[in-house]
Amino acid sequence: MNLQKSLHCFLVGSLFLLSFSANAELSIQITQGSDNPIPIAVVPFSWQGNGVLSENISQIVMNDLEQVGEFSPLSRSSMLSMPSEEQEVFYRDWRILAQDYLLVGKIDRAPGSQLVQVQYEFFDINREIKLAGEVLTGSVTQLRDIAHEISNVVFEQVTGTRGAFTSEILYVVAEYMNSERTNFRLEKADYDGQRAQILLESVEPIMSPSWSPTGRDVAYVSFETELPRIYIQNIATGDRRQITNYPNLNSSPEWSPDGTKLAMVLSKDGSPDIYVQDLTTNQLIRVTDHPLIDTEPSWTADSKSIVFMSERTGQPQIYQIELGASSFNVERLTYDCFQCLNAKFLPDGVNLVHVRRETRQDPNYQIAVLNIETLRVITLTNTSLDESPSIAPNGSMIMYATKFNGRGVLDAVSIDGAVRFRLPSTQGDVREPAWSPFLN
Amino acid sequence: MIKESIQTIKIGLMAISLFALVACSSTSDTEEEGAMDGEGSSSSGSSNNGSARTNPGSTSGQLTQEEIRAENALRQTVFYFDFDIAEFKPADRETLSFHARDLAENSSKSIRLEGHGDERGTREYNLALGERRANSVLNYLIVNGASRSQIEVVSYGEEQPAQAGQSNNAYSRNRRVEVVSR
Repeated sequence: MNLQKSLHCFLVGSLFLLSFSANAELSIQITQGSDNPIPIAVVPFSWQGNGVLSENISQIVMNDLEQVGEFSPLSRSSMLSMPSEEQEVFYRDWRILAQDYLLVGKIDRAPGSQLVQVQYEFFDINREIKLAGEVLTGSVTQLRDIAHEISNVVFEQVTGTRGAFTSEILYVVAEYMNSERTNFRLEKADYDGQRAQILLESVEPIMSPSWSPTGRDVAYVSFETELPRIYIQNIATGDRRQITNYPNLNSSPEWSPDGTKLAMVLSKDGSPDIYVQDLTTNQLIRVTDHPLIDTEPSWTADSKSIVFMSERTGQPQIYQIELGASSFNVERLTYDCFQCLNAKFLPDGVNLVHVRRETRQDPNYQIAVLNIETLRVITLTNTSLDESPSIAPNGSMIMYATKFNGRGVLDAVSIDGAVRFRLPSTQGDVREPAWSPFLN
Repeated sequence: MIKESIQTIKIGLMAISLFALVACSSTSDTEEEGAMDGEGSSSSGSSNNGSARTNPGSTSGQLTQEEIRAENALRQTVFYFDFDIAEFKPADRETLSFHARDLAENSSKSIRLEGHGDERGTREYNLALGERRANSVLNYLIVNGASRSQIEVVSYGEEQPAQAGQSNNAYSRNRRVEVVSR
């Protein structure tokens, strides 16, 4: 567990104002809940120290669990007792309330230090057993991290799937200032939009953020030289370097899962094609070669193949190619849409998340999942300008960009389409979410 | 940039409707007018004087019809595209020919073609589509005499809309290639 994270310091470049952003914080709004959620009681954690804590751990855990849809937290006013540790727990109090699970905890000052320690215990009401329990220590500024850690444990105990509550997101905000100036910001936040930080600010467009598999670096496109070029930036230090300067388009950087290569789109040889740059040797390999548009590369989990969009049959469709294969040896993955774009596999390697426009007559773009074995398609969204799907590291949810009241917002939808939540911004158009890998 | 394009459109419309010389925002364009002025009055101007005079009340008596058309064509610096289409509209062919001829005759001049799309479809696809749109103009200019080295192409995809909003009007304003003097 990485609770000793230090506050990140960012180097201030001459071109860019880097600062912590408090007013651009996003806040979650659940727009659609699950049909059959699991009842769980999260008792407010007791606090033994002086003063008021800046974060409410049990509330954060409840929000986490509610957002992903599988859970229905019990309201506090319905609770018959408020235990904070095992000997205060009476299972019948919770059985009467038809609860399946119970989380209790307490927070103390760690002896002889400024740190706090959070003890939590998690119970199965029906089986009357303790499933998990732990003491987590950190500074008061890390209470939110501790809460998300507890959510991870609860989620994994109940669903068997690793929780993604300590993951983070990158996204781009475009804020219209006046007719001559739009401010573009690359920001990073917790998965729920909290604790947003500005990583880069520019008056020229910023596009296509992509996490390195370690979560330490981000690759993106910046137009700061008035041309689209690819940069890599260390998230903690702010150190950045330009890694491409090829003629014409340089775009769509995408880190290979093994971290050794960066897929990208270059049109230096005429039209946009997929290339792979080895990040150690800087060797550039051309992957596709077609006079029409090839773009939006993503990697298969083994880092051996690339999924991409190509116009080669007239309209955008999804294809896959193995690295090192002849550029003619391309497998087509989508057939039944007018346009299928921006595809990436879920961790299962079978379900392909993509942006879909069904017919020529109806220019609506929605997020869908295609099972490439059964060819079954599930359309997950019902708005018309949905794009940039990004998959949670545990594969449970997809975050994407859409429009709400004319503004760019980020929505997330569970992989079965049952649950949705929204991260509205207070300022500007928010777009291009990139969900981090597991960071701990 | 948005303001700039609105200005150029406005100026273009005024020029076409009034058929008069209106001061243009760009200094290189002003120099260009001067150069053509001189050329018109000295050599080819005399043979076409008759047709120039047929414009009643025109202040451009020393310019030929052809030169006026060239002036007006060069003031049109934004070219609009149909949805999902990467080729410029046939109606813009003549105007672009004047741009090509202008570049061919002024080898020191250089321009930047900025391709844009509307927000429908994915950002990366629109970035690529914006480049194809700019290239469609680029190729036409080269075929008609401009030199490749005079022209830089860049696509902004859907990142720099000329008009915000989800209306068809905004979308049609945003699918464009802008010719920017450098």
